[in-house]
This record gives sequence, structure tokens and C-alpha cells, in this order.
Amino acid sequence: MNKFVSNIIIALILIFAQGLFFNSINFLGSINPFVYVFFIAYFPLKNNRTFFIFCAFIYGLIIDIFSDTHAIHAAATLVISFLRPNLLKLFFGIAYEHQVVKFNSIDLKQNLLYLFSIIFIHHLILFGLEIFDISKISLILKNTFGSTIFTFVVIYILFELILNREK
Amino acid sequence: MQRIIYFLIRNKNFILFLSLLSICLSINLNYNEYNKSKLLNSSNSFFSTMYNIKLTISKYFNLEYQNQLLTEENRRLRFLIYNSIDSLGYKSQAEKILRLGIAKPNNEKFEYKSDLDKIRYEVTSASVIKNSYSYSNNFITIDAGKKDSIEVDNGVISSKGVVGIIDKTSPNYSRFISILNTNFLLNAKLKKSGYFGVLSWDGNDIYKVQLKDIPKQANVLIGDTIVTGGNSLIFPKGIPIGYVDSYKLDNSQNYLELEIQLATDMTSIEKIYVLKNNNLSEINSLDE
Repeated sequence: MNKFVSNIIIALILIFAQGLFFNSINFLGSINPFVYVFFIAYFPLKNNRTFFIFCAFIYGLIIDIFSDTHAIHAAATLVISFLRPNLLKLFFGIAYEHQVVKFNSIDLKQNLLYLFSIIFIHHLILFGLEIFDISKISLILKNTFGSTIFTFVVIYILFELILNREK
Repeated sequence: MQRIIYFLIRNKNFILFLSLLSICLSINLNYNEYNKSKLLNSSNSFFSTMYNIKLTISKYFNLEYQNQLLTEENRRLRFLIYNSIDSLGYKSQAEKILRLGIAKPNNEKFEYKSDLDKIRYEVTSASVIKNSYSYSNNFITIDAGKKDSIEVDNGVISSKGVVGIIDKTSPNYSRFISILNTNFLLNAKLKKSGYFGVLSWDGNDIYKVQLKDIPKQANVLIGDTIVTGGNSLIFPKGIPIGYVDSYKLDNSQNYLELEIQLATDMTSIEKIYVLKNNNLSEINSLDE
């Protein structure tokens, strides 16, 4: 129960931080980190998948209302929450299947690859839906790469501060 | 039957995923006709309150720049008063009467009447509580709403030029479509020659918008001023939008496509004015 409450608090903090601070950084004109992905990437491993997908949808929708976008954050968050078990399987392989992976004691290289791919998929769907015009593919990719790198750095710092501290 | 139920239970995650994803996509696609999105917007009370709290803290950091803008605007208004150029651009009462040619002497006082005088715009000032310019469809929330007699489709300007059109209102807040929104269209013209075209934004550069459909015989020079065209009832004629940055022929080789440098820096707007056309409903009723 304690874990459950602390997860909700982390989610709320991330929502407010995203809405009130990270959405208005606008580095180099228009690059913003989408730090709220942290919650989806490092949600505790043992959980009910159906419940997790549903939570991710609601979570993304709140971010959407905050940033006046039209369910694009919800769609992107939904996709990564659905793909997360597959990604975990891909990057942590046999350890994940035997359920011995813990986020506060994982290999650095595997962790970075996993984090980068989950952020990249999220941002690609986000900007793809937002711009929604195949003729502007270069703009989509430019935004995706710019924000991915920014988000990656910020989330990795958060990871070191929050999850790795317990080691 | 049992097999179907078994199949559904086994794939419940995937089905849940697909149904939620289709909800997202339908919201997103409906949005493309942009007034339909009643569901998701930040001008409802809770989110506006949050943004207001943030604003009360963060506005102090920008005071100097905003002061400078207001001083500049005051200076310009004073200049107008001392040089007695009225809103129609005539240098004096006498010239105005001369040009409009409908003056009647009346006890040594001149009364004049023109069709232009009938169109009146109500001006309300407001502050931006949530700015946005990093997406390709940007919306900005302001702290004035229905109680301040703001309505949907009112025009929004800053002290330097056009910034958007009101899109949604609640009692105390409203949201407007920023000029930096790929769905934003506006009738605009060259101030010098009067040729007009359609202004839109391609989503690339937050300091530049595009003006299309200008005939190629228009004599365009770099630095020419672009103003509102007056064909729309939302903005009065002649409000500045920006300056020509570069131009080229479009695909049909008959029209010019201009890159416009925006007069307003959209990254730092704070004080804005909402223009309400009092005759709008009357004019619209003619079209029905």
C-alpha cells in the first residue's frame, strides 16, 4: 500500500512538473523535454498489465489537458505502455523472463538502450500525430531527435537521483 | 461461444490498447476541424487556477521587459495625440471632412458621419497566463472571459501586432488560437500596394509566417509592412502583422509566396488586447 501511494505521488509530481515547468523551457526555440515518460519507463515491474495500460492512458490524457494538445500525449504514452513488456524482454532478455530484474540494480548499458528506445518511440508517435503530415517528415524527425536527446538526459539524471540512490 | 470469450479474455490487454488508441486518434482527428475539441482544453477552472498561481510567481521575472513595451506603446500613443492623426489616418478634422466629403456645417461645429464610423471595436486588456509555441498547433490561455464580455471569434492583438483569435471562453478565462498554429488562417495585405493574400504558418520557424496568393505583379520589397486586410470582421483594417523577409514564386508560377517576419515576438507576450466587433452579429445575420 505504501508503494502504491508513493507511486501516485511521483506521478502527480511529474504531471505538475511537466505542465508548469518542462513545457515552457523551449530550448533553442521549441525543444522541450517530456520528462513524464519517466513514470512509464520505470513503473514497478510486477504489476497488472491491463491496469497499467489504463493508468498510462489517463496519465497521458492529463498531460494533454495541461498542454492543450489533442490526445497526442495519451496516444504516445499508451503505445509505450503497451510495448513496454516487449522492450524489457528485448533488452533484459532472460533476466526479465525469470523476473529477477530490479530497476535499482540493472546494467548501465542495457538500461540506457532501453530508456533511449522507449523515449524515441514515444516522441516519434507524439510528433507524428501532432504534425500529422507525411510531407513534413523532416520536421517530425528533427523535433523527435531534438526532444529525445533532451528528455533522455533529464530522465537519466532523475533515474540516478531517485532509483539508484537506494543502492 | 466459450472460445470467443476465452479469446477475448486472453487478448484483453490488446483489445483495451486498441480501443483506447482509437479514442485518442478520434479526438486527434476531430481536432483538425478545430472547433470540435470541447473536451480537452486548459481554460477550465482547475487548470487555469494552476497556471494563474504559476503566473503570480513568474511574472516578476519579466517586469522590466514588459515595462519597456508599455512605455514604448505610451510613447507611440502620445505621438499620435500630439500629431492629431485620428484612427482613420487623416491628419486633422478638416482633412477628414474634406476626404469623406459629407460634412455639414452646424453652428460652427462640424458633424461628420461615415460608414466607417459605424464599425466600433470594443477593446479589453488581459494577461497571458499560459503561453505555448513549441507545438505546431499552439493555443494560449488568458485571464479574461465571458464576464469581461469576451466572445468566441474575437481578435487578439499585442501592442505590436496580431497574435490570434479567441477559440474558447469560460466565465473567467479564455483560450485563443495563436498565429503560430497550422490551422490559423487570416486575410492580410501589403500595406503599400494593397494586394491581399492568405496568411498561415507552416510549423517551421516561430518567428516567421507565410503569406500566399499574392499576385506576382505586386511590387514586393524586403521589409514591406504586412497588415490585416479588413475582409474579415474579426480585425479592423490595417493592424500590423509583420515585415517581408523574403519572397519567391509558388508552384503555379503566378503567385508569390512571402516569408513574413512577425512583428510580435510570440515567445514573450504577456499583455494582450481583445478586440470585439459590436456589429458582428448584425453583419452575420445578413449572410444567413
